[in-house]
Formats: sequence, C-alpha cells, structure tokens
Amino acid sequence: MATIDSKIPEGALAEKWTNYKAHQKLVNPANKRRLDIIVVGTGLAGASAAASLGALGFKVLNFCIQDSPRRAHSIAAQGGINAAKNYQNYGDSVSRLFYDTIKGGDYRAREANVYRLAEVSNAIIDQCVAQGVPFAREYGGLLDNRSFGGAQVSRTFYARGQTGQQLLLGAYSALSREVQRGNVKLYTRHEMLDVVLVKDSEGVERARGILARNLVTGKIERFAAHAVVIGTGGYGNTYFLSTNAMGCNGSAAMQCYRKGAYFANPCFAQIHPTCIPVHGDKQSKLTLMSESLRNDGRIWVPKKIEDAKALQAGTKKPTDIPDEDRDFYLERRYPAFGNLVPRDVASRAAKERCDAGFGVNNTGLAVFLDFKYAIERLGEDVVRARYGNLFDMYEEITDENPYKTPMMIFPAIHYTMGGIWVDYELMTSIKGLFAIGEANFSDHGANRLGASALMQGLADGYFVLPYTIQNYLSDQIQVPRFSTDLPEFEAAEKALKARINKLMSIKGNRSVDSIHKELGHVMWDFVGMGRTKESLTTAIAKLKEVRKTFYSDLRIPGSADDLNVELEKALRLEDFIGIGELMAYDALNREESCGGHFREEHQTPEGEALRHDDKFSYVACWKYTGEGNEPELIKEDLNYQFTKVQTRNYKN
Amino acid sequence: MDKNISFTLKVWRQRGPKEKGHFQTIPVKDMPGDTSFLEMLDIVNEELINKGEEPIVFDHDCREGICGMCSLYINGHPHGPATGATTCQIYIRRFNDGDVVTVEPWRSAGFPVIRDLMVDRGAYDKIMQAGGYVSVNTGGIPDANAIPIPKPIADEAMDAAACIGCGACAAACKNGSAMLFVSAKVSQLALLPQGKVEAARRAKAMLAKMDELGFGNCTNTRACEAECPKCISISNIARLNREFIAAKLAD
Repeated sequence: MATIDSKIPEGALAEKWTNYKAHQKLVNPANKRRLDIIVVGTGLAGASAAASLGALGFKVLNFCIQDSPRRAHSIAAQGGINAAKNYQNYGDSVSRLFYDTIKGGDYRAREANVYRLAEVSNAIIDQCVAQGVPFAREYGGLLDNRSFGGAQVSRTFYARGQTGQQLLLGAYSALSREVQRGNVKLYTRHEMLDVVLVKDSEGVERARGILARNLVTGKIERFAAHAVVIGTGGYGNTYFLSTNAMGCNGSAAMQCYRKGAYFANPCFAQIHPTCIPVHGDKQSKLTLMSESLRNDGRIWVPKKIEDAKALQAGTKKPTDIPDEDRDFYLERRYPAFGNLVPRDVASRAAKERCDAGFGVNNTGLAVFLDFKYAIERLGEDVVRARYGNLFDMYEEITDENPYKTPMMIFPAIHYTMGGIWVDYELMTSIKGLFAIGEANFSDHGANRLGASALMQGLADGYFVLPYTIQNYLSDQIQVPRFSTDLPEFEAAEKALKARINKLMSIKGNRSVDSIHKELGHVMWDFVGMGRTKESLTTAIAKLKEVRKTFYSDLRIPGSADDLNVELEKALRLEDFIGIGELMAYDALNREESCGGHFREEHQTPEGEALRHDDKFSYVACWKYTGEGNEPELIKEDLNYQFTKVQTRNYKN
Repeated sequence: MDKNISFTLKVWRQRGPKEKGHFQTIPVKDMPGDTSFLEMLDIVNEELINKGEEPIVFDHDCREGICGMCSLYINGHPHGPATGATTCQIYIRRFNDGDVVTVEPWRSAGFPVIRDLMVDRGAYDKIMQAGGYVSVNTGGIPDANAIPIPKPIADEAMDAAACIGCGACAAACKNGSAMLFVSAKVSQLALLPQGKVEAARRAKAMLAKMDELGFGNCTNTRACEAECPKCISISNIARLNREFIAAKLAD
C-alpha cells in the first residue's frame, strides 16, 4: 500500500515555516531564467503565483479558459479577506486566526498548513495595498474591518461587496506587468485537457507538461515545462446548480487524479447558507448573497406552523408576522455567535427548520434574512452604504425590495474544501505537479470560514508556492528545456483525441446540459446537506445510470476541430460524473459528521455534527484504479500536537 | 409571480471574423418573466441542439454581473435596457409580449467577432499590460497602514476600480474609444499614493497602446458613461486627460 509523506517540517508550530524557509534549497537568479513553469488558472491563486514566479525570473506559461485572466471566478467573491493584523485591538493574533480556522474546519485540516496560512495572512494585505487595491478605510485613513462567521474578532478586510474583484484585479495587474516584462506568456481561451508525465533518468515520473485545447480553433496544443501548477478552483458545479460561474469545473483536478495524483476529502463541499432560492427548472445558476449581510441581517422563520403555511400559500406577508411570532433560530440555538455562526452550521439549521415545515417561499425551501432591525437601529442610509449593491442585485433578480420586505435565502453549493492532495510544499503525489488555492485540499478541513478562501488563494500564490517550488526545482537546473515531440506527449495526445472522438461519435439525443441537470439532482438529493448510508449507496447506483446515459445518449453538434462550446461542456461533464462518484464513495466511507459533511446517523441529541476522532481523524486520499472502478483509499493521519481537539461549540 | 412572455428573437449569427453574418429569427414562446436573459438563450440553444442545429455562441461566465464576460448588444444597447446592469442581470420581465428583441455582438473595430455573439477583447488585456499596474514585486512591502489614505480618496479610487473590463464603453462609443476603460484604471491608481509614483508614465503608455490598437478618441458624447454597467463616471476621462497633459508637459 502506498504511504503518505506530508513533509511537515520539524519544530514548534510557530517555527515550522521559518525553519523550512531557512533550510530549503533555492534557485539562483541566472538559473531561474532556464526553468519553465506552467500555471493553469488565473484566479487569485493562479494569477498571484504566475505573477510572483515571473517576478522572480522564472519563465511562466499561464493558461485560462476565459477570454482574459481577469474573468476567473475569484472575481465574484464578495465579502472580504481575513488577516491577523489586529488593527481593531480586538485581541487578534496569528495563533487566534489559526485556532479559529482549525476549529472552523472541524479539526480535519493539517495544523502546520493552517498555521502557515495565518502567519502569511498579514503580508497579503500589505501586498494588496501596495498594488493599489482600494480597501475600505475609516475616516482617519486607516483600513477598516468587518466581521465574518466563526470568529469573535473583526479581522476581515474588504472593498465594498467586491473584495474578490479588487484582489483579483490586483493580482491581474501584477500578472500584466510580468507579461509586459516578458516573464509570463498568457494563453487565454485555452483549456488544459491532460497533464503529461515524463520519466527522468532514474525512472521517476515527473510532470513535464500539459495538453490544452485552443477553444477558438479546436486544435490540441502541447506545452512543456519543468513543473506544472494547477490553480483551477473547485468542483462545486458537479451539482449543476451552484454559486460557481458557468465555466468552473473540476477537470484539471480529474486529469491529475487519473495520472496518479491523490484526490483528498472529495466529500467536503461547502453549502453556503445565504443564496437566493431556486425559482424554476430552467435556472442556470444560483446567486450568492454575501455572508457580510449576516453582520446586520437577522435570520428567522415563523414560530407557528400556520404562519409558515400562510406564507407558503401567499395569504400572509412576512411583514404581517409580529416579532414575538418570529423564531430567530440561530440566535436561539447559538447565543454566543448568533447569526454569525459558520456556514455549515447556518446551512444545517436552515435545513432543519425547512424540513420541519417552517420554511417560507412558495416552495417552503427558504428562510428570511431581515434588515428591518438594522434599518431601525442604523437608518436606511447606513444600510444602503454598507450593502447597497447587494440589495440592488437581490431586487433585480427577485423583483422584491429588501429595504421593505425581508430577503429570502436558502443554502446552495458554494465551495469545495476537498481537492487534489498536496504535501506541505503544495506538491501533489506526482513529482513536479503542484496544486494551489481551491484546487488543493489543504487548509480548510471539513468547512471553510468566510473570507478565508481569498486568504488561502493569495497565500499559496504570493507567499508559499514561490518558495516551496524552488526546493523542487533546485535539482532540475541541469535539465534542459523539453521538446513536445517526446513520445509521452505523442501518446497523451493520441489518447486525448480518442477520448474526444468517442464523445463526438455517440450522436445520441440528449444535450450536455440535460444530462448535467440529471447529475445535479442526484448529487443534491443523495449527496447533499444530509447524507445517509442508504442515500449514498443509492447515489452510487444512480451515478452509474447517469454515466450510462452520458455514453449512450449524448449529442454534441458541430465538429471537434473547431470552436465547439458543447464539446467543452461535455468533456467537463464527463469529469463531473467521475467527481460525483468520488464524492459519494468518500461520503460513504466517512461514517461521522464533520463540517460540511453531515451523516444523519451521526448527530448529537441536539442535532449537531458528531465526529468520531478515534476512527476518522485522517485525510481520505483516493487513488485512481481505472474508469468506473471503486478507487483505493489511502489515509493520511492527522496528528493534533498543538491544539486540543474538542467538539465545536458556538453556543457559549 | 411573474407572467410568461412571448416575443421574437432576432439574433446575429456569424461563423468567423472574416465571414458574412446574418440575423436568425427565432420565435420564443411563454418565457417565464423570472428567467434571466442568458437563461433564455440557454433554453433557445437547448431547442436548437434538439433540432440538430448548432447553438448560438455567446460569452458568459459568472452570471452575477462581475466577471465582465457577457457582452450582448440588446435592442441597440450594450448590456440591454437596464442601467447599471450587465447582460446576465437582465430578466425577461423587462420585455413585453410581442416585442422584437434584437441581439448582436459588440460592434467595435477593437473587438473582432470570433463567432456569433462572441468577440475578441484581447486588446483590453494589452492595454493593461502597457501600464495598468503599480510596479511592485511580491514581498518586502511596508505595513498596509503605513500610509493613511483619506476615506473620500479611497472611495473615489474604488468607484473607478469597479470597472469590469467588459468593453461596453468602446462598444457604445461612436468613435470606438476605450477611454472610459483606460481612464478608470489610470484614475484608480493615480488617486492612491501607491500608484501616484508612476502615474505619468502609466497614462502615456496606456493611451499610446489604446491608439496603437485602433481604438478611437473621446469626443465627450458620454455614451460610455450611460451604458457602463458599473456606472463609471466620465470624470475619470477628465482626470486621465489632466494626467496625460501634465506628463506631456513634463517631457
């Protein structure tokens, strides 16, 4: 059986990263110019990594599927980015940010990685300010903060409701500068479709390049490099409906997985509590309302079942329900954190109320997020200044004015904590293949706290990978640039073309989207917010049917050697089906509840998640064993040496 | 509940940049009012695929108005009838029964058509590469609070920084000018102390690149400001001109 080496440095928690940097190998400036690095993805992680590696002097090839690096879905992050600056004098520190993140992740993340994340968080804010990111400021000219879930300090830096946009544009600016300086070459509208491994003189397989499809011409192109970095985000779109952008996909991760990289904790998906509810079967995506709204909005459903029924039937309006008949269930159940409990807790509490029949909206699948109290306390102008753009967005979509009537929200798939397994150096189980940002599994355990995705993406790209990749590349300086005529490239291209031809020649009756929707329903109904052994077994059987439908009844119009959006979607869907299966296997194996993974058989009498640390305090790493086969499980034990592992408590 | 709406879609089809395009007329029946404009195109595409035809190609991604990918000219307006919204934020309830809804790609010399409604906006990346940044490397940066920035200045910089780079400004402009886009980035960075250091160089480099790529100049028609989905003000163009003139005088 394969063993796992996470390469965590020796020493006290607070000294590990310092020790690592002090002893790691570096590449001298003259040699950097001779080394090529492929970075796939231009989101916060990909763009910051490509820009930083370029600035160091490496030759970087940077890929994205959109028409510009600036479109990557990091751009849509609304709320903010955490850092342990303690500018507000609330008693924040690196160790407190570390602790909140470990606890928020329900003790399923690596201590050393999370501590490093907290350590570099402050440098990210400095970096972004230097790039000209217009963070919100106070009248004294210093940076402002807001609060996010799972923390009792205010440590979130923000730029209105568009923090992700501003941070991404900062990274994109830095990237643009490196393109101008000739250190980065951009390949837009290019989709990675395979990672190419080449054996070195000692017979060790190393990632040496990728195949990418030029999305405008349809041509398969080959690219070689000394190392490959995957920063392609998460796989939330497995569920069809999610808050992800339409193009978000898990395909790069699946290509790595099929080549031997472990896929870690696939079942840890985050369901965000504040999204606009589903409105019909033609819907293409779900819209997130920022977690920052929970700073001032109060979440409630009716106390009386007859009020809930009347609201569902439309015979009563939310404003007809008096305060004493409103159940502010988060404040009731979690007095210490109230409306600012972590996302997994808030989502589950909403599901619990809706399952009990107290949900609102005509579907009964929504809860209220009410700003009446904030408007009474602060005035409408202050509320508008804080959340105006979010309120406008809500009104445009729902045709309802949230200043007058409470918003309706419901949980939706938002982020995936699971991803490609990486060691402390962010290298996967394949040498020379790295994964950063949401694409890896490393820092968020079973649940990610709000405003921590931006932190992790930029930490990996600006401050972790540019160091750790040198430790790998330092003994590659003698390796000359590769030719893409190597037999490994030839073989990979042949296999890829066969895969594409197979899909093109099915010529069935079903569009890609119609099958994707079917997959989404299976995932949401059986691998969703509440999972059981039975539901997961059903899911695995149903996913086999979806796979069968896909291979027998798919229809892709047009040609493969041309711009073909349906072919792009079909290739991604094929990978989503594989990810869905992985998620179901992983969820079935993990017979405990933790973070975003809730097994209904494992809960406390109060309905809280019940972990089984004696059996499941490990990272589940899945190894590919062939298409459609059950993957092999390899465990990386989590040894908590510095934190006392306890039941998460947001009550007192 | 929103009512259903039936209308006629006239949509631009064009195989490639050099090929001749044409309008295809597609009747759309009983579309629910709470369907987004792009979801309507998804539904139309699903029907085309089911009939064995190739779907309409259009750019889109986040579908929440921030990525800047969607780029449709609807009834003669970039991003359609709403103000302060992108194409993906338009809902069918804005249209009436019996309407003819015309959908075209961005029409601008700087943005050649790739296929149907998809255009090449690579020129905006090139303008950014010419100078749309602060020249700092990663690391070795002073503390973020080392330089206080007055809140009104930071807010004004944020107003300019809200640009999503969609290209509606150039598509709306009769001169095909990208001045609003350029000025938004120049303003954001010129307002902040971190970006002021190389403000003159930036203004000159970005404008020179814009000219080189075949975008027109600004004659103050204000069409860009009216159509900008993020309501970027043309006062940014005035600031860009000031920066540019100051830079030229200093040469």
